[in-house]
Amino acid sequence: MKEKIREFLGRFMDESSVGDEDNIFETGLVNSLFALQLVSFIEQEFEISIENEELDIQNFKDIHSIVQLISKKLA
Amino acid sequence: MKETKIKCVVWDLDNTLWKGILQEDDEVILKEEAGEVIKELDKRGILQSLSSKNDYELAKRKLEEMDLWNYFIYPQINWNPKSEGIETIAKNINIGIDSLAFVDDQKFERDEVSYFHKEVLCIDASEIKKIPSMDCMKPKYITMDSKNRRLMYQTDIIRNNVEKDFNGTKEDFLKSLHMTFYINKAKEEDLQRAEELTVRTHQLNSTGHIYSYDELKACIGDEKYEVLVTRLDDKYGTYGTVGLALIEKSEKVWEVKLLLMSCRVISRGVGNILLNYICNEAKKAGVKLQAQFVPTDKNRIMYITYKFNGFKEIKEKDTIVFEADTGYERKIPAYVECTNIERRGR
Repeated sequence: MKEKIREFLGRFMDESSVGDEDNIFETGLVNSLFALQLVSFIEQEFEISIENEELDIQNFKDIHSIVQLISKKLA
Repeated sequence: MKETKIKCVVWDLDNTLWKGILQEDDEVILKEEAGEVIKELDKRGILQSLSSKNDYELAKRKLEEMDLWNYFIYPQINWNPKSEGIETIAKNINIGIDSLAFVDDQKFERDEVSYFHKEVLCIDASEIKKIPSMDCMKPKYITMDSKNRRLMYQTDIIRNNVEKDFNGTKEDFLKSLHMTFYINKAKEEDLQRAEELTVRTHQLNSTGHIYSYDELKACIGDEKYEVLVTRLDDKYGTYGTVGLALIEKSEKVWEVKLLLMSCRVISRGVGNILLNYICNEAKKAGVKLQAQFVPTDKNRIMYITYKFNGFKEIKEKDTIVFEADTGYERKIPAYVECTNIERRGR
């Protein structure tokens, strides 16, 4: 799961320098399109649908949080 | 009556734009009225493209001889069904398929396009002369940006090609563009473009509400409101006016009534900058910042923009109200230079 997310992030940034708990939105990549693409990618890749209340930066701020969100949804 | 204004006219070539069939006769002759209509639509800021079953190089050379090749963006000259070409054009320009018109002399081709895309306005080539006087071909305003629109799209195509071949991450590419983002209080001369932007921009409209010129003008003259327009330039040229914010100010609360960004710039990562700028201004002024949001089937990206920028939903009915956490100063991405100095000239 982490690998898939990293692969996606690699299209936008140098993911090898991003730690699991580094805030990906603080790298300067403050970008609506990136945010939307990230959300859409997660929904499609893991076949889940993310509700409005889950669309919170806290759930997407780093790789660790994203993994937690997906695991919770898949459980 | 078709209500939607046409943003792009797609032309067939053989017996539509010129008399004759190029594959059979190299001496095809431009239809004078077609040439005139193409130039007139271009001045109005209506984009144009081609959908023709022809040999690409041959058709290109012929159009270059006619001095018309540069008028068309994303030309689809191949042997595929025209419905596919039309879809490709709409996707590349990033506009709704209902804002396209298609001109062809053959009923078969018009029917084929209509069958797959009933929203496309199909025009018989015998009606070319009537095109400029059709209501849907008359933009409400013709602004500086509309006159330059084709050029701006062509510059975009160059940028996109550079991006495709760019060796590095998206962020590095954005840095390499040397973007400058201007935020200014709207003046009267900005309003036509601002209104045009509210009409043209669907994907990135936070409330779906379309403000008229008069409404915006009333807001400019009223101290209670602030209307901000934003312009984006990079090393390749200007993107023109790309964003607008309408803020209603009261003593303790500022409310963003409308936030919109042109869909041409969503991949430039500047969507958040205007919002962050407003947040920082509200923080400085010591007021609460709220924002109205009306979900549509197209503006989820706006919802995410708010939520990912420290806004919380405080009320959810038909209109969602967000409130910003103004406890921290928002950062502007390193790849953009942001300035609110009044621009000179132009």
